[in-house]
Amino acid sequence: MNLNDYNTPCQPNWCPGCGNFGTWTAWKQAAASQNWDSSNTALVAGIGCHGHLVNFTNVNSIEGLHGRPLPVATGVKLANNKLNVFVFTGDGDCLAEGGNHFMNTCRRNHDLTIILHDNAIYGLTTGQTSPRTPMGFKSKSTPLGNIDMPLNPLEVAIAAGATFVARVFCMDIPKLTEIIIAANNHKGVALIDVLQPCPSFNPEYTAQYLKENTYYVDDSYDPSNKLGAIEKAMAWGEKQIACGILYQDKKQKSYEELIPFIQDQAIVALPLQNRDVSSLFNKLV
Amino acid sequence: MLSMSTLHHLFTLKLGGAAGQGIKSIGLTFSRICTRSGYHIYNYTEYPSLIRGGHNMMQTTVSADPVNSPTLHTSLLIALNQDTVNLHHQEMVDGGIILFDKDAGITTDQVSSKVNIVAIPLAKLAEEVGGKAIMANTVAMGATMALLKGNLQHFKDLLTHEFADKPKEIAEINHKAAQAGYDFAIENFSNLIKEVIPQRQNQPMQMVISGNEACAFGAISAGVQFAAMYPMTPATNILHNMAPHQEKFGFIYKQPEDEIAALQMAIGAANAGARSMTATSGGGFCLMQEGVSLAGMTETPVVIINVMRNAPATAMPTWSEQGDLRLVLHSGHGDFPRIVLAAGDAKECFELTQQAFNLAEKYQTPVILLSDKIIAENDQSFELFSDKFEVERGKYSDKKIPDYKRYELTDEGISLRVPLGSGNFFIANSDEHDELGFSMEEIAMRNSQMEKRNRKLEVCRHQDMPIPKLYGPETADVTIISWGSNKGSIIDVLKYYPNVNYLHLTWINPFPIETVKQVLGRAKYILNIEQNYAASMAGWIAEQTGIRILDNLLKYDGRPIYPEEVMAKLDSILKG
Repeated sequence: MNLNDYNTPCQPNWCPGCGNFGTWTAWKQAAASQNWDSSNTALVAGIGCHGHLVNFTNVNSIEGLHGRPLPVATGVKLANNKLNVFVFTGDGDCLAEGGNHFMNTCRRNHDLTIILHDNAIYGLTTGQTSPRTPMGFKSKSTPLGNIDMPLNPLEVAIAAGATFVARVFCMDIPKLTEIIIAANNHKGVALIDVLQPCPSFNPEYTAQYLKENTYYVDDSYDPSNKLGAIEKAMAWGEKQIACGILYQDKKQKSYEELIPFIQDQAIVALPLQNRDVSSLFNKLV
Repeated sequence: MLSMSTLHHLFTLKLGGAAGQGIKSIGLTFSRICTRSGYHIYNYTEYPSLIRGGHNMMQTTVSADPVNSPTLHTSLLIALNQDTVNLHHQEMVDGGIILFDKDAGITTDQVSSKVNIVAIPLAKLAEEVGGKAIMANTVAMGATMALLKGNLQHFKDLLTHEFADKPKEIAEINHKAAQAGYDFAIENFSNLIKEVIPQRQNQPMQMVISGNEACAFGAISAGVQFAAMYPMTPATNILHNMAPHQEKFGFIYKQPEDEIAALQMAIGAANAGARSMTATSGGGFCLMQEGVSLAGMTETPVVIINVMRNAPATAMPTWSEQGDLRLVLHSGHGDFPRIVLAAGDAKECFELTQQAFNLAEKYQTPVILLSDKIIAENDQSFELFSDKFEVERGKYSDKKIPDYKRYELTDEGISLRVPLGSGNFFIANSDEHDELGFSMEEIAMRNSQMEKRNRKLEVCRHQDMPIPKLYGPETADVTIISWGSNKGSIIDVLKYYPNVNYLHLTWINPFPIETVKQVLGRAKYILNIEQNYAASMAGWIAEQTGIRILDNLLKYDGRPIYPEEVMAKLDSILKG
């Protein structure tokens, strides 16, 4: 497929300036370069502005329920571990409604690529705080100022056991494309925290703010150092937001690699027919 | 008119003690001694929600004829502690036996003089043959074999099998312990020996199986490829009986982080082309509500087993109830087909689980199978289930299809399904969608898709729904209608009431409206029996058929509806 083949007849309905445009473009570029298509790839999206992506992208997909793309994607991957499985989720979808799934998916290290559309706000429902929204932020649900501490998904992911953790600014399309490819090639849970502006509802993390305050780690940075990665990930603020691949464990096997009988073929590739269970009955005689 | 002692001819062995005293193990051994001797058995177990301590009991009713229910009475009580005597002595039949360890300090002052006391130095005999005090159960069972004229060799064979992974001496010492108990009983209690389970010849081979084992094996036989189940009493043994067999049979079992994830994983796996299931109890099913709706909307086949237990909330976790009927019928928000089946015993658990997989894939919708604690955790003897089942996947393909439309508007409402990775574009979309799966909100397509999804239930009604079975005579003075674990007690009672029949429901949605209307329409008196407070099935019958049942035998204390209770109710109806 070439780049244009990835578009469906449905036009994106995101707001002008929405970070989703950047993320979507980067994914399509990665897909075109790697030949991801409906014969070898599945997309699973949650609910949020990000979720609409599946309508615009010409690859077979599931749009599930709010907070639930991770267990759905887990089921897809376990049934057919030969598929490239991408999860598109948001900061509310993943860290609030789906928090339990996020923690457990990371610790189980399933071979999934999680693209977290992180705009630090609830966009689709028109502007409530998310677990990423900074303290003091005045939103529709926190008109007096947010008094919750925000969560750092990278920190949580590393602590929970994810083996590939990256952060990118959505408008750095070539960089994001590269990292999406690297994430998919990585065997295990790969989380990409994609920083996105939400021009409609997040006046703090604008495209300009994100562009000015993010930087990419260079070759001297060692992504195999777990504690160093957590420290790097925690930093936030003026000129402090580290981007790039912040953590990668290349040694830990993915969950799927630890199941011997699906190494040669996926469970769905085994012939499906009535099975003889008389050996199980005989044990009960 | 029958008295409460009508069933006393049925022999029931009851074992009682604290949790951790090995009651279930020795009880199952006794069951298999009986089936190997050519008898039918039915087990009933009670245990509190603890790991150690508390009162546990297991009873086995044995007969030359099929037995489908527990009895209120006990013929032989093996008491491993004082509590057991205190709690059960009033159930003893005249001439029955209470057997216990002479040196355990157990008193029987309160026991009726019509009951025989058999006090044996169980622990001492065990130690004398080189065993430990824990083998007291083995000695007790050996003595029981003597008292019942049972086949001691079956006991020894089962002990050999039980300890096959241990050093040879363990089985040998257990054999000696069994023999010691046997010999002691012959020597000291020969006057109490009765021919209860002498070996019968030429009887078909039987297995002793619980409802949960039957569900697990039914799923495996039906080609399950993915199962995600979170532990919850009384469904947990389904996963215990599936997890060890993954590699051998070629499926994946995954323990999820919660029941929400369990169903979501099954939905994901199904969309990738796997036959998928989950199993839980009422509280876990509550967490699955939105998943049921998602499966209905995306037309994803999935089998959900709800092994009902006592409710609401945590209630009495190790006790039974039939309180989830409305919960499953109306599970998930919105209107879409939920096929609901209900098993009445272990055999139906096996067959309906198999059928559920085919139905889920044919109709591309969630299928919920109801079981309950009584069926799930009790064992019954059956001949090994034969396999006439054929996997049928309905309209399913993994090929590339020109102009493929996942949600094509067809006459029957069933459109061709392909897995993710087949090369065909589709969106399994929780949003309302058009024929390709794109999200949309237009009136005409919305209405068409709603109607498409929902008419599948009517197709199911016409193509797959069987006629419910009527037990007993065509014409009767009383017609019982019921479902689930009540089946056993009711059919065992029909033997004594030639003027009573029983309509057994296994298909709840779609509901067999015409048959139920006919049978209840011509009934002289209708009795509904169910284990809940709200008479939910009576309500569903009223909704589906217009027939209001006035007499409902309801029980919600967590215990089974015993045949004696059904008989007492029938007697009062027939008298009045």
